[in-house]
Order: sequence, then C-alpha cells, then structure tokens
Amino acid sequence: MSSIDQLLASKEIVVTCGSGGVGKTTTAAALATMAAVHHGGKVLVLTVDPARRLANAMGLEAFGNVETRVGAAAFADADQEPRGELWAAMLDTKQSWDDLVRRHAPDDATHDKILANPLYQNVTGKFVQSHDYIAMERLYELHASGKYDLIVVDTPPTRNAIDFLEAPERMADFFSSRLLRWLLAPYRSRLMNMASRPFYQVADRILGSQFLEDIAEFFMLFQTMYDGFVERARAVERLLVDRRTTFVVVTTLEPAPVQEARYFVDALRARDLQLGAVVLNKVLPGYLLDRDATTAATKLCDDPAGVAAALPEDIGERKSVERVLHEIGASFLNFQVVAKREAEQRHDLGAAADVVAAVPYFDTDIYDLGGLVRLGEAVWR
Amino acid sequence: MPVALLDRRLLFVTGKGGVGKTTVAAALGLLAAREGRRTLVCEVDAKGNLTDFYETPRAGFQAREVQHDLHVMAMDTEESLKEYLGLQLKLPLLAKIGPLARTFDFLANAAPGVKEILTVGKLGWEVRERHYDLVVVDAPASGHVVGQLRAPQAINELVKVGMVRDQTGWLMDILGDPAQTGVVIVASPEEMPVTESLELIGRIRDETDVDVASIVVNRVLPELFGRAEEEIFERLREPEHAGVFASSLGAPAEPVLEAARLAVTLRRTRSGHLSRLRAGVDPTLPILYVPELFVRSHGLRATNQVAEALGAELGF
Repeated sequence: MSSIDQLLASKEIVVTCGSGGVGKTTTAAALATMAAVHHGGKVLVLTVDPARRLANAMGLEAFGNVETRVGAAAFADADQEPRGELWAAMLDTKQSWDDLVRRHAPDDATHDKILANPLYQNVTGKFVQSHDYIAMERLYELHASGKYDLIVVDTPPTRNAIDFLEAPERMADFFSSRLLRWLLAPYRSRLMNMASRPFYQVADRILGSQFLEDIAEFFMLFQTMYDGFVERARAVERLLVDRRTTFVVVTTLEPAPVQEARYFVDALRARDLQLGAVVLNKVLPGYLLDRDATTAATKLCDDPAGVAAALPEDIGERKSVERVLHEIGASFLNFQVVAKREAEQRHDLGAAADVVAAVPYFDTDIYDLGGLVRLGEAVWR
Repeated sequence: MPVALLDRRLLFVTGKGGVGKTTVAAALGLLAAREGRRTLVCEVDAKGNLTDFYETPRAGFQAREVQHDLHVMAMDTEESLKEYLGLQLKLPLLAKIGPLARTFDFLANAAPGVKEILTVGKLGWEVRERHYDLVVVDAPASGHVVGQLRAPQAINELVKVGMVRDQTGWLMDILGDPAQTGVVIVASPEEMPVTESLELIGRIRDETDVDVASIVVNRVLPELFGRAEEEIFERLREPEHAGVFASSLGAPAEPVLEAARLAVTLRRTRSGHLSRLRAGVDPTLPILYVPELFVRSHGLRATNQVAEALGAELGF
C-alpha cells in the first residue's frame, strides 16, 4: 500500500481507532467523504458520537441508528461532485442490543421477558464492554447486508484502545463461562452443593437474594441465545482479521495519545490484524522547525528595538511596534518547543506503518463537508 | 456561599478524553498538599499514567505518599471488594478463598453498578473515615462518570435488601452534600470538549445529586496583541516590509509572522468556544483558567506549573 487513496480503493472495511479527543470521528468522516467523492460506489460512515454540527454539515438532522444518505446539497456547498454515494449512521447502543435480542431470542416470550427484565436496561449500558461489542456486531451486520462498497467505522472511545478488538472474544467467553453455569446452577436446580453454599450465603447477605435471583433470571434468559451469540461473535472476529478489513490508527502528537497509538500498533500486530495507515492529526507547521526562522525569531526577541528602528515610522508607535515584534518572536519560540517535541514523536511513529499521513493544524474547526474534504486532501496521496 | 474548592472532601475530576483531565487532577492534588491538606489522589480510569505527572513509580491499590501530604493510589475493584469483605463483614478468610473471590469478580463484571459501587464506595469510605482531608479522583471520561456518581442510587433502586443496600445510604449522603463532594469538569476551549462539558453538566444535574463544583478550562492560549497592536501586526505582514525584515533579521520574517498569525487565529477560535461555554453555564459556577504550557514534556515540572496556575485562580 502506498497511500490512503490506494487503501480506501482496495478495502471493504476501514476501522479508525485511537484515544479520545484526537479527531477520530472527524477523520473517519473525512475518509468516507473522500472515498465517495473520488472512488464512487456506496460508502457508509458508521460513527459513535459525532458532533451535532458535523451531522448538520452533512445535511442530516441528526445521525440515527438508521443509515441516511448525505444529500447533494451538502456536496454542492463544498464544490464537490461525488462519483458515489455517502451514507452515514450512528451507533445507538440500546437500539442495537434490542435488535440483537430480537434476532437471537428463541421465541417471542423469551424476547419479551428479556426486554422486561429490570436489569436489562442497566446491563446493556454496562455489561462487559457491551458498547465495544455492539459496535463490532453492527459493523458485521452492515457489511453482511452487502449494501456498501466501503464502510468506515469509528470506534468507541474505550478506556483501553484494544478493548473493542477483544470484545467479540470476551462475549463468547462470557457466555460459555463455567463460572456462569456454576453461578446459575442453584437457581436452576435449587440444590446447592457444598462447595458453592458459602458463596451463596455471603452473596445473599451482601446483595440480597432477590437481586441475585434477578441476575440469575437475566442470565438464564440470555443463555437461551447462547449458540447464536457465540457463533456471531466468532464471525465478527473473523471479519476483523479478514484482509478486506484494515485499521487506521489516528492520533495527535501529544505524549499520551502517541503512547496509546504505539500500544495500539503493537496490539494489531500481535493479533495479525492489518494496520493500513497512521493518521497524525493537528500537526504543527514544519516551518516552526526551520533554522532561518529560528534565527529571525531569536533576533525579534533579543533586539526588537533594533528591528523596529529599521521599519518605516508609519507602522505605528515605536514602543508598541517593539512589543509586537517581541511577542511575535516569543510566540514562535513557544510553539517551536511543542513542534520539536512533536517531530520526535512523529519520527518514532513513522516507522510503524507503510502509510503515515499528517494533517496540518487547521486553525478553524471542521464543521462542513468542505472541511472534511480539506482534511481528506491532506492525507489522500 | 459555596464551599471553597479545596475545602471539600471529595472531588471527581472528569472531562472529555484528551483535555488534560489527569494533569488537572494531579495538579489539584499537588496544590492541596502544598496548602497543608492531607490529600489522596486516586486514578480510576486505569491508564496508569497518573504517577507520570509526579514522576514516581506506578500507584497501587495501597495508597503511597509521594510527597509530603500527597498520597496516590490506583483503584482496583477486586482489591476494593476484598477490603470491603474484610472490613464490613469481618470475613477476612472467606475473602481469600479463591473461587469465591473469582466469582465475586465475575459478578462485579456482570452485574450493573457493582464495579462502580466498589469504586465509589472505597472513595467514600476514605472520606467518611477521615483518612484524608481531601480525596481527588482522576475519574473516568465524561460518558462514564455519570454511571459512577449514580451507582449508589442505582444499587439502592435495584437491590431491595442486603448489606450492599445498607451501605448505600451514608454514601449517598456524602455524594449529595455539596459541602463535601463536587465534580470538577475539565475542558479545553475547543468545539467538542465544550459541547460535551455542557451536556455533562446537564446530565449530572438531571441524573445525580452531586454538585458541579467548578469548571477548569485547560490550555488557554495567551493573548498576543491588544487591539491597537493587532493593527500594527497586520501592517507588519504587508509584503512591502519583507525586504527590511530580511536585512534586519538576517532571515526571512515570513514563517515567524505566519506562526504569529496561526497563534492569533487559534486564540480567536478558542475564545469563541470559551464564550459559548460561559454562556451555557450558571454564571455563579466558578471557571478556572489554566494557560497552554509550551513545555518539553508533561512531567512534574508541568504539573507544578498547572498547580501554580490553579493556585493563582483560587486565590492562594
């Protein structure tokens, strides 16, 4: 692979990942937009929590769980004539769980019971990285629908970046857990063996038996969906390893996100998943490292009066001009400290992937399709 | 009159990922310790990098003093459960029985709110037992913190009887008391962090009884020029001065001027978001400002600078 252009043209699924606040969602949207503009076909961006303004910019009222096509007007505003179609959808965790239960429940009665279980709502929000799992599950579903040539998916901001990679496996493990069976056993048979008796005595004292029974009922209902769940989790896993899927690690050059990005790169390698590209966001301009510019900035700091004297008088009151010149020099040197630190990080990360693309520090926010294209063009070739 | 920030007993520091939540939590802890408060800083969101900001070895569940009056710990729900079983139930032996502990860990993973209550419970317990004057929590990012703050209520609603329920009462009292507990929301003056902060304040108000104590705006860029000076700056950028600059500076001025323009525009964009933040919150809610640090790394030196900035804002 030699460029993002190539990468997007040849894959069916692109997963963007990285730590929170690095512009992951925006990058995913930009990549999808560029693919729709240049490559054609049907492109879907599946996002987790987009800025409302970004949704508005795409001409959408809001991102919903249902895929919506980005209208021609949004493209026209950005002076773009897309060869293909751009679709957008958001991950609605609750809705997706409900759908999943509907699909896997053996009958309507079980389905209704699960949805009515007092724990269900809580559990779908918090249950073993349910968010991570459901994101991957929904990706699988959309891919299997065969409606899209390319799906760009933005991953949830996980505490630990690799959580979602392991989510399908964990979900399968969870449902096949011996511990779970053991926990549920007495509620099935009402017969406690000697080994588990102390546990239930303590558990009853701590949590109250009603609560335990609620939990037990919930998991027993879920067990009826065991086969479907595990099978699906394995399929999701296979899809992620498939060569049609590629991962794009997004990061800024701040220390903490870089650390996470590096960790992520290693995690992908260890799992034999394909790292397609690293996208560096908010990279400070290269001229901050320029030697001549440093000379100029230092001079402005050290001798603003000398420089001011050489300038025409109509520029402004002398003392003010001196202060402005000094500020200009000092500001440059300030940003240079950060730029140098970042250059070092960039050098380290550069070796990680075949494609490393840098997005300059845009001084205004991205809030329309034009902005997405601007970002996209920075990384395209 | 609201209670001064560092006179509270329990502060949850949260915010969108990447805004400097941990920096601010570390700096608040440092500041409090310097002001003579016996302080515990606890990291909950197990990235394990809190101690990088103090340049000390990683924190464990057992609190460790890293500077005078400054203690650090890392939350571990399994350890918290063991401690709870040992302390509350007087069951030290049982807590050590392997399968039992494993099953509880499993239960903590599966059952809603159990992990959260073990976290908040441990923190509240440190407050109740007065082991520290102040507990600063490097809490999970925006989305997850509400679940944590709500955990005692949630458990209270779900669990009808039992010792866990008995424990939720005093915990809710501590969390719901603005004299004791507060949330500090960290934001950077950028679009998403501001939007998310405003949403988070609404959710905390609607879904929990916990008081929002303060907003910390991190990474505020300095104002380079006043209005008159900005006009001078614009004139300096006119191409006709390029020659004079080049000869008096010994190098082209263009990149340096361009860098200043970038700084000015960034500052302006960020001011817009700051105004939006100010307009969106109760005017009595204190907002503390921390400047952008132009530093080589985010070690103790930077934490010191943030602590000093916060100290100045708080009137120390």
